[in-house]
Order: sequence, then C-alpha cells, then structure tokens
Amino acid sequence: MPVFSYLAYPVSGSKEQLLDDLAALDFCEVTPAENQAVLILVTDTPDEETEKKLQEKLKALKSLEYLGMTFGHTDE
Amino acid sequence: MDITRRDFIKSAALQSAVTTAAVLFPGISFGAWKNVDSGAIDWRKTPCRFCGTGCGLLVGVSGDRAVAVKGDPNCTVNKGLCCVKGYHSVQILYGKDRVNKALVRKNGKLVETPLKEALDLVAGKMQETIKSHGKDAVAMYGSGQWSITDGYVSSKLFKGCIGTNNLEANARLCMASAVTGFLTTFGLDEPMGCYDDLDHADVFITWGNNMAEMHPVLFSRMLANRKSKNNVTIIDLATRTTRTSQAADKSIIFNPQTDLAVANAICYEIIRNDWVNWDFVNKHVSFHKGKTNIGYGTQDHFKFKDKAETVDWETYKAFLADYTPEKVEKISGVPAKDIKYLAALFGDPDKKVVSYWCMGMNQHTRGTWINNLVYNCHLLVGKISQPGNGPFSLTGQPSACGTVREVGTLTHKLPHGVVMKEGARKMAAKIWDVPVENIDPKPTYHTVEMFRALDRGDIRFMWIQVTNPMVTMPNLNRYRNGAEKDGRFLVVSEIYPTPTYDVADVVLPSALWIEREGFFGNSERRTQHNDQIVPMPGDCMSNTWQIIEVARRMGFEKQFPWSEETYIEDIWNEYIQFHDTPKHRMAPYKELKANSGLQWPFVNGLETKWRYHAKYDPAAEGEDFDFYGKPDRRAWIWLRPYEPAAESPDSEYPFWLNTGRILEHWHTGSMTRRVPVLHRAAPEAYVEINPDDATRMGINSGNKVKVSSRRGSVIMKASINGRGRPPRGMVFVPFFDESYLINEVTLDAFCPISKQPDYKKCAVKLEKV
Repeated sequence: MPVFSYLAYPVSGSKEQLLDDLAALDFCEVTPAENQAVLILVTDTPDEETEKKLQEKLKALKSLEYLGMTFGHTDE
Repeated sequence: MDITRRDFIKSAALQSAVTTAAVLFPGISFGAWKNVDSGAIDWRKTPCRFCGTGCGLLVGVSGDRAVAVKGDPNCTVNKGLCCVKGYHSVQILYGKDRVNKALVRKNGKLVETPLKEALDLVAGKMQETIKSHGKDAVAMYGSGQWSITDGYVSSKLFKGCIGTNNLEANARLCMASAVTGFLTTFGLDEPMGCYDDLDHADVFITWGNNMAEMHPVLFSRMLANRKSKNNVTIIDLATRTTRTSQAADKSIIFNPQTDLAVANAICYEIIRNDWVNWDFVNKHVSFHKGKTNIGYGTQDHFKFKDKAETVDWETYKAFLADYTPEKVEKISGVPAKDIKYLAALFGDPDKKVVSYWCMGMNQHTRGTWINNLVYNCHLLVGKISQPGNGPFSLTGQPSACGTVREVGTLTHKLPHGVVMKEGARKMAAKIWDVPVENIDPKPTYHTVEMFRALDRGDIRFMWIQVTNPMVTMPNLNRYRNGAEKDGRFLVVSEIYPTPTYDVADVVLPSALWIEREGFFGNSERRTQHNDQIVPMPGDCMSNTWQIIEVARRMGFEKQFPWSEETYIEDIWNEYIQFHDTPKHRMAPYKELKANSGLQWPFVNGLETKWRYHAKYDPAAEGEDFDFYGKPDRRAWIWLRPYEPAAESPDSEYPFWLNTGRILEHWHTGSMTRRVPVLHRAAPEAYVEINPDDATRMGINSGNKVKVSSRRGSVIMKASINGRGRPPRGMVFVPFFDESYLINEVTLDAFCPISKQPDYKKCAVKLEKV
C-alpha cells in the first residue's frame, strides 16, 4: 500500500491543465500552489500493481514536465 | 493497518511536500493545506546511506522499527527532497535473509559460529599469515560506504600497527581519477565549490554524467533553478542518450574516449576568440605537461610515474593547434558548431558555468587527464571558486570523500598526507602512539593489483568490508578464481549473502547504517553524523568495533583503548587531530551531532562553501583567488593529448561495451534488490542496444542476446528504446544484477596515474541466442 508525495512541475503554461489531469486520476490527491507553477501530488495506491499502472499514467501526461518525489512509504 | 495511521502517513506525505516546496520556492503558498502532525512517529535525522549526494533524511521510528522516511528540510543538500532509493532506504534493514550471525566455513560450508570464536579465528589467521608469509601477505579492502570511523581504525591497524600499506577501498574504482585530477591541478583533493552552485549557475554541463538517475535530487534542484529563472541552460555531453539527455536543453553525443579531444577543442576556441580571462590567467595559472603514451596497466606489476614539466603560454597554444573544432569533429563525432557553442558558453562573461561529472570521466584510462582538461576549460575563463562557477566532481558513494579520500584508506595515503613523506609518517605515528618505523614508506598494491596479488599468492589473507568485489572487479573471472585458490583466506563483513560472501572463509555480521552511530562525508566536503536509531539484530556489530576486537586480539590494546559506549566520539576526536589547520579543519563532534552536516574547512564555527577564494575561504590569502595547494600558489593547466582507449571495437568484437548504474538500484543491488518496490521496478539487468543495430541483427526487446568479449560472456535480455539509448555500435549493461555478471566481460585496464579501471570502454560482440 504505497503512499508517495511529489512536487509536480507542469509544462510551461499548463498548470491548470495538469491540475485537471491529475485530479481526474484515481488514487491521486492534488494541491496546487497559489502563487507558483507547482503542484503537490499525493498518491495512495492499494497495491504494487495499481501503483505501477498509476506510474504509467503519470508518465503519459503531456501537461506534466517532471515529478520530484518528497515522501515515500510502503508497508513491505 | 488502521485508517487513522494511514491518514497520518498521507498527512506526513503532504506535509513533507509542502515543506520542500517552501524551501525551493520561498514564499510559496498552498491555500488548501492544513498542517497536521499527530506525533505518532518519532522522526530522527541521518544522512542517506546511498550515493555521494548526502541527502539529509528524517527516519520515522515506531517502537524499535524504522517505518518511514522523508527528506530533511533542514538539510541544505536536499532541502526536503529525496529519491526513490532514499525513500525506501529503511527497508534494507529488514530483508528476510539478513546476516545476523557469524559464519565460518567448515567442510566447504558456511556454518553458524559464535561471534567471539569467529573473531578469534580472524585474528589468529591474520597473525599466522604474517608469521609465515610476512606482513604484506595480509590486506584489507574497504569501501566508500564505510563510516569514517571504520576506515580510520582500519588505517590505524594495518598501516600503524601491522605495518603494511595493503589497505585499499572500492573508491579506487569510482573516484580515484577525480582525486588525482584535483591533486595534479590544485595540489589538494576534493571540489572547491558546493551544491549552492545549483542555485547560482546559468549553464550546467554534465560530462558523461547521467545525473537524472545517479544524483536525482541534485538534478531536481538543477531543474528547479531552470524553472525559477528564464536563462538557465543544461547541456548533456555524453556517449549515450539517457534521462539526463532527455531533460537537458541540448544533448551532445561524443565517441567513447574522445572527451579528451572535445575538452581541448573547447580551450582552442576560447583562445581563438580571445575569451581568455587574462587577469585571472596571468595571476593564478601556470602551464605544465606530463608524459604521453602512458599505457593501460593491463599487465601485472605495471608501473608508471608521471613527470611534470613547466611550459609557457605559447607552448600550450601550439599544443592546442591539433584540436581545432573541425579536426575534433572527425575524432569525436561532435559537430564543430557544437564545440564552438560550448566554448561560447564558457567564454560569455555574463554566464556562470558549472561542470558536473562522475563515473563517465573517472572510469577512464585517461581519467586523470580528462579531469585536468575540464579544469582547463574553467581556468582559462576564471570560472571557478565562486558561487555558480566551478568544476564539480560528484561522488558515487556516501563516504568516498569522508572515509576513503579524507581518512586516506588507500595504499599510498595516511589520514594526513602520504606514506612516502616522512612528516606525514611522523604525524601518524605520534597520534597513533606507534613507532614511526612501523609505517612503511612504500605503497604496495592499488585495488586491481591487490586482487592480482591475491591471485598470484603474494597476498594470502584479505578482509573485505562493505563492498562486493566478486561482482564489481573488472575481468572478474581472473579475480574470483584467484580468491577461490587454495591457501587464500577471506573474511567478509556483510549484511546479506552476495557473490563475495560465497567465497568467504569467515562472514562477520555487520550492523547497518542507522543500527550504529557513525559519520559519512559527501561530495561537497560535508561531514554528516548519525546516531544509532534502531537496534542491531542478532550478533551484528559495527565494522569499526569488529576491527577493534580483532586489533585487541592481535595485541594492540593500547592503540584501541575505547569503550563501546563512547568509541565513535573518541575516535572522531583522535582523527580530527590530523586535519587541524584552516585548510581542512573538521567540525567538532557536538556540532556534527546537532546539525544536518557541516562543511570543512570548519573554522571559527563557520563552514567553508568555496575554497581558494579569500572572500569565502579562511585559508586563502590575498584579495581574491589563492590556489594554496600548489607550491607556486597557482592552478595548473595541463597539456594532455587525446589517446585512444585500451581496447576499441574491431571486426571480431565490433561493439563498445559501456556499463553503469540505474536509478532504482544501489551498485551491485545487494541491498536494493531486497526492497520489493525497487526490485519490481527493475527486476533484472539487460543489454541496451541501438534500434538500428537491433533491426539489422533481427533483435527485439526481450530477446536473449549473448554479449561476449575476449574475457567472458553473459546472456541477457535486450532492451531497445528503454530508459537509455546507446548510439550505433555501442551497448550498455547495468551491473546491479549478480545473476548477470557483466564484469566477467569488462577489461581490467586503468588510468596509469589514478589506477582507476575503465568500466566504460571495451570491445564486445553480440549474438542473438
């Protein structure tokens, strides 16, 4: 049951789009900064397989430039 | 797990991200965030135990168990960030097959044995070997993952008490060329700059350095700098396309070994365009040439000693005439316009430039030379020793600097100075309370030659701690066969079974990282202390205390008098006497315990961020720059030519083999492959092949391919257009997977000056299986 948090950097000019894209994904909670082009993403997946699928979806987001991880926890 | 605890963990995850964002973006605001901290977990500070970045971590402890990790926002290294290995680091404590009892080989099998009996056997066998074969028949091989005190007591025992210089560490395999590069150019080891350069520079050049995977936190800081400013450029100069290339503004691919020519061509262009900082060069630089055609060290007993000859500016300028961008384009494959572009970045007086490198430049048969040549690029334009300007050698291991380079756990080194110098021997003898005659003035074996000596039988006893040479030695078949010969006795201090454990006669169970108190020293001269945070399992013991126990059994009680309660502090207080000058003063124990790392020289309670500049460095004299490591107080520009690799592709072996690491796994994978998340992310090694080569040979991703050299072969799955893409004519194999020993294929050629092997270049052929 992994929990991770990230700073999510949008592609230039795509902060709102990235917010929408992340909010539409299951297992994701997103908190946008009010005054910077950065968002916080917290992921909470039930198992490794779901985590792997989520990672693939994140990689495919065109509005996302880069994820910088800030926290990680798994029960294993 | 109940819902309350899960909510707490998610809250901690969010809080960690908010804290990190606040450090990276001062004034950032998150309206929707509410601070919640239940206090259910006790957070304790420690440096990460993986790469040389030296991230500060906060380890969450519940009862006696480490259960979570977050980046330490008070640590200036990572400012709350962390990478995937760091976040899973505490899970390496809890692998199912953890070694927690001593083992002794009896009738061919390793058998659980009382620890006291195993330590008696180690001490007795070492004494017996010295008696029958001499002091230089025993050796110790350690690591850049050693805690500083581990390395210090090993040096004291082997060099001071036993009297042999048979002490080496695996940092010889990863950082030795950086050391000799610094010494030959500046007279003193380790970078002059610090990670603050990541916030100040306008241009970053990564020289054969996949920072996105190997130093991901620093790379995140670099990207954050680019994000917050609009004039930051990242150039990736490499032999294969990686995740770093993909994130860079420009990716430049050069043919293996030709970085030597490219660096000289950059200098040629700087001079041709008169971008030289004449004021700096006239006051602070001198010019020198050394020997050429210096060999590759592939034969036993290879010897080389360089000789410096001072030359003038005109000689240097004439030397560079062979390196016009157009000529170098033919050697390197780098378009002349790209070389001119790089030179223009260095030459622009309004741009601050930082160069980063790690294994790509250091694991190189001319590793010292390429380090020298990158310094030349910075020295010609005076872009050094100031915020945002400088060449910076990144370190691969958490304490390659702190333990191996500063304590000096290499055959020629002492904690201060080298064994060849009488003054250094006298200082060591006084601090160690041993007769000065004990310390042998002649170095013995560097790492490759040490394992050759084990194979030949010149060394009969070897104690290996915190490293896995039966995976990492190049031309591995020879050295594993040597270790298994009759009449050899190997002691291995380990935490998990490995191929090195498999050839051991005695296995000692080691305490890991936060199971014992210790120190690391990172890439930017930062010393970092950790407390013991969780108990050590079974009979595990710190590597430091194992050495003390054996030393006492060998009769050296006087030199190793400390108590188990205070030995780490006592050893630190003894060690720092070696560095008690403004050039290298270390922080006191209490300061280190209270802070998330402090940089040396630590003088009058202050860290030193940039060396060799009077504005920042208490040891520097004058108004500005002072390269006090050299007798002429100048930095040395070296005339170093392009010379080819030890082995290049030919008709029989038509591909270059390049080896290295990946993000998820630490070196040989003995720890990270036991972390389920990391193992599943990268479960096995593979061979990266260029798509055109793969198409031509009918190879698809996942097909089995045999990679062979003149020394050995390995069969593994192909990866095409995966995380990295080599150019045509090159393959890349990571070395983290002991099931595919790629070092049976590599060549044990090394830089004749640094003695560091080149794991990045040898010739192989591919066959679809």
